[in-house]
Amino acid sequence: MPRTDLLFRSLCGLAATLIALLLCCLCGQLLLSSLGLWRHTGLAFLASCDWNPVTDQYGALPPIVGTLLTTAIAMAIALPLAFAAALFLTDAPPALATPLGHAIDLLAAIPSVIYGMWGLFVLAPLMQRHVQPLLRGLPGCNEEGNGFGLLTAGVILAIMILPYICAIMRDVFAMTPPMLREAAYGLGCTRWEASWDIILRYGIRGLLGGAFIGLGRALGETMAVMFVIGNVMSLPKSLFSGSATIASTLANNFAEASGLQRSALFALGLLLLILCLTIQIIAQYYLNASRNRRGEQ
Amino acid sequence: MTRRTLTFRKLQDRLAGACSQLAVLLAVAIMLWILASVCRRGLPAISATFLTEPSKPFGLPDNGIANALLGTLLITGGAALIAIPTALLGGIFLAEFHDWPRLTAAIRFAANVMMGMPSVIVGLFVYLVIVVPTGHFSGLAGSVALALIMLPVIMRTTEDMLLMVPNALREAALALGMTRARTTLHIVCKSARAGLLTGILLAISRVSGETAPLLFTALYADAWPTTYASAPTPNLPVLITEYATNSPFESMHQAGWGAALIAMTLILAVNIASRFLCRRKGQAA
Repeated sequence: MPRTDLLFRSLCGLAATLIALLLCCLCGQLLLSSLGLWRHTGLAFLASCDWNPVTDQYGALPPIVGTLLTTAIAMAIALPLAFAAALFLTDAPPALATPLGHAIDLLAAIPSVIYGMWGLFVLAPLMQRHVQPLLRGLPGCNEEGNGFGLLTAGVILAIMILPYICAIMRDVFAMTPPMLREAAYGLGCTRWEASWDIILRYGIRGLLGGAFIGLGRALGETMAVMFVIGNVMSLPKSLFSGSATIASTLANNFAEASGLQRSALFALGLLLLILCLTIQIIAQYYLNASRNRRGEQ
Repeated sequence: MTRRTLTFRKLQDRLAGACSQLAVLLAVAIMLWILASVCRRGLPAISATFLTEPSKPFGLPDNGIANALLGTLLITGGAALIAIPTALLGGIFLAEFHDWPRLTAAIRFAANVMMGMPSVIVGLFVYLVIVVPTGHFSGLAGSVALALIMLPVIMRTTEDMLLMVPNALREAALALGMTRARTTLHIVCKSARAGLLTGILLAISRVSGETAPLLFTALYADAWPTTYASAPTPNLPVLITEYATNSPFESMHQAGWGAALIAMTLILAVNIASRFLCRRKGQAA
């Protein structure tokens, strides 16, 4: 092999291996930096609710609960919307589907800090004035809301992850062999029955992969959530309660933290990293499975 | 199986169709709503001084965002300089060299995982490995953080684009006696260049609005970004955050909206330009 080729190949190999190394360094470094907290508090960190820098007590339960709840709200709103929108976009004539698809994709291009600002100045007042009085009295909504909190953060997150889920779902629908759909119509299925009973079943792994990609995004989103969640380090009493997520806690408290508190923040970061890694691994598994299945056809 | 009457099935179908139309309408309406509210609140703030003066503490006249705009360009440019060559080479490795399939699969997996990595974690990491050892926040650290976010995105699109180049081209070039390196760079990459450019532009438009990693690395300063490598560097996303959350004054909120409008316009312009590039290439092929 010529010498230039060898050089080129090793250069490429080096650049590619870098990303795998970076991933390992990331995990190692966060573990190392949070060791102080794990030694001091141990696994009780995960179950404790106190977050008090004055007495140096740190518990991760409120941000963990906040993260899980906001993500759950976001998924509950975004999943059906993305599924319905993807169905329409795959069936619609291209002249209509292409611009509308691009318009939905643009939602993913808007920076998160602008979502945050919009949530703070437009959505939160709206929630306070119109939505929260409407929902009051329902289970989980028995509190005077001030517009901020879990529900508002969940709604913003839903808007932000919608384009990601929708794009993957559109791909999955477009890849379904037309024979399946035509056979369903031939048997007398309505459009909805063909979509729900045939295409959904066929592409379920790809759809799950898309859902998990959205889930990962929602878990790690920082700025938009930080603007509207209220940043309260206690367990939420209702959907209108102020709360905090792992990511928002990191961004909000990092500047003034030092010593053990900083270590606690790194431990929170490690938790978020583990959560997201798990979700990504599941997502990749499902997406690969659906790709292999399509490859077999 | 339960029996369903034809009327019920037709009604169900209509209902589902209406719902999916509504879902699309809702998503597009929200998008337009966000754009409209940023434009409506941001436009009054924009003037010649706003675009040419640096930002100042509250109360001083002629407050602007020019330093933040310049800082954002510097930080994003630095990130692009670091990420683009590395990512292109990495993408070439994934697409062109098949000697170690296990290694390639592992790297592809790592890149996919890194693509879904929350940006706040990347910020923490760069804080630990650059800001702490050097002892100061800097625009350079911000560039490194953004580069880490860009890297997997460009790498994966590069791989996808190169895999779309027909094998006959590679074989023809090799048959003419070109080396592998020359074939890859001059033939394969050249014929996929529109796709590569699209990937790069999309990655740039994605990171230039990133805020969370910059809070841990570049921070902010009310000054011109002359100390890019050694001190906190002004940038638009952190300016917007500061003005929107840490200031009770209406005029600061207004300036924040103005900055948001400028940032959004730039990012959407890059994003839409890259899409057009991709489409033109699709028609040519």
